[in-house]
Amino acid sequence: MAALINVPAKAKRGAIIEIRTLTSHIMETGFRHTAAGDVVPRDIITSFTCRYNGAEIFRADLFPAIAANPYLSFFTVAKESGKFEFEWIGDNGYSSTASASITVE
Amino acid sequence: MQTTRRQFLSLAGGVTAAGTIPIVTLRPLEATPAMLNTAIRNVVGEAPIRTGKVKLDIPPLVENGNTVPMTVSVASPMTADDYVKSIHVFNEKNPQPNIGNFHLGPSSGRAQVSTRIRLADTQKVVAIARLSDDTFWQVAADIVVTLAACTEEVN
Repeated sequence: MAALINVPAKAKRGAIIEIRTLTSHIMETGFRHTAAGDVVPRDIITSFTCRYNGAEIFRADLFPAIAANPYLSFFTVAKESGKFEFEWIGDNGYSSTASASITVE
Repeated sequence: MQTTRRQFLSLAGGVTAAGTIPIVTLRPLEATPAMLNTAIRNVVGEAPIRTGKVKLDIPPLVENGNTVPMTVSVASPMTADDYVKSIHVFNEKNPQPNIGNFHLGPSSGRAQVSTRIRLADTQKVVAIARLSDDTFWQVAADIVVTLAACTEEVN
């Protein structure tokens, strides 16, 4: 699945860096109706996790009130060079992952 | 003993005043629908919620409720013994009161989260932060929405 990840490629040790993520998902609320009056079943991302070299640094529980194509931005301290892993989990067995690496000097 | 009209009235007035004050103090500062209160209590429990520390950046007037940018930040040093554990965002009039729960830690460095949300109506958005000492802080913002989200018909 398409995901856009924005992590600085390089950072000074101890610097606070911003991580921005955007993933494509319909985020169907489950509250909408078709013209025929049927409820469109809910299909959303319910959970997002970010791990930095294996340790969880940020987690979010998402609800239908999050806009389509969920955008999330958050911060972390650049401790060591390595890898950020991102995981989105949702309804109907939806799962998507992405990763980004950083060099800390 | 015979009660005069004056005595009776002053007594009745006293009872009314005594009865009114507790009701006023129990009620939150602004009237909130029951669902919002229940959702907040599910997260906070019985703990008191204080106003302050939290900042909610959201446009006061929104043309399209389908995507509303929102930033929540908390004044916190984010050290190992004083940090923000989580940020919870709620709404008043969407079909569901929850918007999102964001879990942070001392390694976050800065207690700030941005996302884009949906708003079904002109309403109030509440952000609550849980600090590492398990105190809760909140802020509320009123948003006017001209095009509602969430419940429109699918074409």
